[in-house]
Amino acid sequence: MTTTEEVAQIAESRREYTAGFVTDIEQEFAPPGLDESTVRFISAKKDEPEWLLEWRLKAFRHWQTMDEPDWVFLPYGYPPIDYQAISYYAAPKKGPESLDEVDPAILETYAKLGIPLSEQKVLLGIEDGTPAEAREAEGRKVAVDAVFDSVSIKTTFQDELAAAGVIFCSISEAVKEHPELVKKYLGSVIPYSDNYFATLNSAVFSDGSFVYIPKGVKCPMELSTYFRINARNTGQFERTLIIADEGAEVSYLEGCTAPMRDENQLHAACVELVALGNAKIKYSTIQNWYPGDENGKGGIYNFVTKRGICKGDDSHISWTQVETGSAITWKYPSVILRGDRSKGEFYSVALTNLRQQADTGTKMIHIGKDTKSTIISKGISAGEGHNTYRGLVQMNSSASNAHNFTQCDSILIGDQCGAHTFPYVDIRNATATAEHEASTTKVAEDQMFYCTARGISEEDALSLLVNGFCKEVFSELPMEFAVEANKLLAVSLEGSVG
Amino acid sequence: MTTPLLEIRNLHVRLEEQPEIEILRGIDLTIQPGEVHSIMGPNGSGKSTLAQVLSGKEDYEITEGEILFNGEDLAEMDADERANAGVFLAFQYPVEIPGVSSMQFLKAAVNAKRAFEGKEELDAGSLIKHFRAKAEQINVPFEMLKRNVNEGFSGGEKKRFEIFQMAVLDSVLGILDESDSGLDIDALKIVSDGVNSMRDGNRGFLLITHYQRLLSYIVPDRVHVLVKGQIIKSGGKELALELEEHGYAPFGVNETASQPVTA
Repeated sequence: MTTTEEVAQIAESRREYTAGFVTDIEQEFAPPGLDESTVRFISAKKDEPEWLLEWRLKAFRHWQTMDEPDWVFLPYGYPPIDYQAISYYAAPKKGPESLDEVDPAILETYAKLGIPLSEQKVLLGIEDGTPAEAREAEGRKVAVDAVFDSVSIKTTFQDELAAAGVIFCSISEAVKEHPELVKKYLGSVIPYSDNYFATLNSAVFSDGSFVYIPKGVKCPMELSTYFRINARNTGQFERTLIIADEGAEVSYLEGCTAPMRDENQLHAACVELVALGNAKIKYSTIQNWYPGDENGKGGIYNFVTKRGICKGDDSHISWTQVETGSAITWKYPSVILRGDRSKGEFYSVALTNLRQQADTGTKMIHIGKDTKSTIISKGISAGEGHNTYRGLVQMNSSASNAHNFTQCDSILIGDQCGAHTFPYVDIRNATATAEHEASTTKVAEDQMFYCTARGISEEDALSLLVNGFCKEVFSELPMEFAVEANKLLAVSLEGSVG
Repeated sequence: MTTPLLEIRNLHVRLEEQPEIEILRGIDLTIQPGEVHSIMGPNGSGKSTLAQVLSGKEDYEITEGEILFNGEDLAEMDADERANAGVFLAFQYPVEIPGVSSMQFLKAAVNAKRAFEGKEELDAGSLIKHFRAKAEQINVPFEMLKRNVNEGFSGGEKKRFEIFQMAVLDSVLGILDESDSGLDIDALKIVSDGVNSMRDGNRGFLLITHYQRLLSYIVPDRVHVLVKGQIIKSGGKELALELEEHGYAPFGVNETASQPVTA
C-alpha cells in the first residue's frame, strides 16, 4: 500500500535517466574562464559582423556590473557558481556540410534519443488509449535543428521550408544570411541588460535556432530544436529567436537532454518570440536535462529567460512546458500582450523528484485593450523535490477589459516533498479582471486502490493518476509530444511508490 | 472433486489502525464454480470489510484463518495480482479519476492482466472491439468510455460501469459490494441483467447487500446472514425472503440502534 512513509522511502531509490550517456567525439573548447577575450573568441569562431560583437561586449560589460540574483525559492539552495571554471564554447571538431558528413557518433546520439536527423516522416505509435478512429495513422514531418553543445549540427527539411518562404536555421547562419532580421529583432524582447543570466547569455551565446515565418504563411510542418549538452564543464548558452510576421502561424518544439555527471552544469538560454498582427506562435518544451542523483549531486542548472511579445493586434502566443529534468529549474516563460485583443497562454507541468528544485511560472503583461491570458500550472512533487509556482499577472492602465485566468494545481507524492505558490497580481485598470484558482492535493489512496483493484500496478496507477492530473496541459502539446510527455512523466516517477 | 473457487476458513480480521476491534470473527464460506452466494446483514456487520479484505485492501490485518482462491492463498497476493488472477470488486462507492478517460483506464487494466498471463498487449483495434462487445452485453453506452472514470457519472451509471469493467476484465469471481444501493428499479434491472449475462457455470459471485430486492433479479444459490462479524445463518434463496419479512430482529439485531460503521 502506498503509505506516505513507504512512498518517501522508495521514491529516491530508483530512477532511470535513459538520456544520461556521453558521446565520445573530438571537440574543440574555449579554455575555461570568462573575460572580454572569451566573448571575442566566440564571436570570431562564428565569424560574426562587428555590430554583433559590439552587442555582446556591451552585454558583457553590463553583466560585470550585475549581481547574481538570489530571490529564487530553493529550500536546498545551491553552491555558488564559479563562472571562471566554465568553458563557454564546445564544438565537435568535424564541422558537417551535409548529413552524410555529420559525425556518426553524433547521429547515433540523436538516434538513441529518438530524434530523427534524416528527413523522414516521424511514424507514431500512439499509446494513450485514444480510440483508433480518432487517430491519424499517417506520419508527420517534423523539421529538426539539432544543437550539440555550442553549435547547431544539422537543420532538416530546410529546402522544403524555404519553398514556403520559411526560414529555419541556426542563429549563426541567420546572422550571416539574414542579418537585417536578426539585427532588428535580437534583444528586442529580452534586452541585453534584462537580467543576470540573460545578460550573460547575450555576451556568450553560442548557437540556437532562428525562425522567420513570412506574412500570411502557415508553417507547413512542426519545427523543433533539440538541445544536447555533451561536453564536460561547459555551459550551454543558446539563443532562439522566432518571428511570425503578420498572419503567420508556427508550432515549435524544444527538447533537451544531457549526460549524467556528478558536477552541475549551467544552462542559461534565451528564447525570444515576436508575433506581429494576427500571428500565432505555439512554443512547446519538453525539458529532460539530467536531474542529478538522489543525493542532489550533479544535474543541470536550468536558468532560462523565455519571453514573447504579442506585438500586433489579435496576435497569440502560447507556451507549453513539461519540465521533468534539471537539478534546478528557474524560469518564467512570459508574454507581453501589447497588441489589442492579443492572447497569451502558459500551460506548464513541472515535476520534481529526488532533490530537484523548481521555481517556475510565468509573467503575463497586459498592455493592449481586450487582451486575454490563461495560466494553467500543474506542479508535481515527489521524493524530496520542491516545486514552486511563481507568476505575475500585470494589467497596465491601458489594458481596458483585460482578462486573466490562472489555475495552479499541485500534487504531492509522499511527505518529504513540497509545493509552494507565489502569485503576484498587479492591476492598474478598473475594467480588467483576474481570476485565480489554486489547489494542493495528495495522491488519494482511494484512487490508487481503485486502480490496483483493477489489476493496474501501483507504479502504473500513479503514472495514470498523474497523467490525468496533467491532462489540461498535455492536451496542448502536439500529439506525438503528448505521448512523449506521458512516458517521460512515468519514467520520472519510477520508484515513487512502494 | 473440483477445487472451490473461493474458500474462506475461520477468517478473523482487524483494522490495522484499531487492532482492538475485531471486525470479522471467524468466517467460513465456500463458493464453488458457477455459484452465486449472497451475504446479507445489517449496517456495521462487516459486509464491506469482507469485500475489501478479499480484494486486497491493506487497511486490514488477517489475524487468523485463510482465504483460498482456486486453491491459492489469496492473502499472499497484492490487490493488483488478485485482480489479474480474476477477483473483481464492484465498489460500493466507485472512485472518480479526473483527467483519465475510461478507455485509457480500462486499456491499462486489460493490458496489465494480459501481461500477468504472459500475453502480448492488445492493439487499439482489438481493444475497441472487445470494449464494444462487452458494452453491448452489459447494456452500457459505448460513449461512456470517452468520459473520465466515474467523473460526473450518476449513481446508476457508476454501478453499471463497475459491472461493465468486470465483463471487460473477464473476472471469474465477482464481489458486488452493495451494487444495488441507490439504484432505481430500471438501473437495478440493468445491473442485474449484466450480472446474469455473465453467469456461465464457472464464474462465481458474492453479492453483498442489505436488501432482498437485488436477489429477486440475481437469484442466489446460497444466502448467508452476517451479524457482528460472524455468519450466523446460511440457507437457500428463501432465507432472503425471510429476512425481508422479519428483518434482522430475529437474529438479535436492533436496526434502529446505532451501529459502529465499519464499511
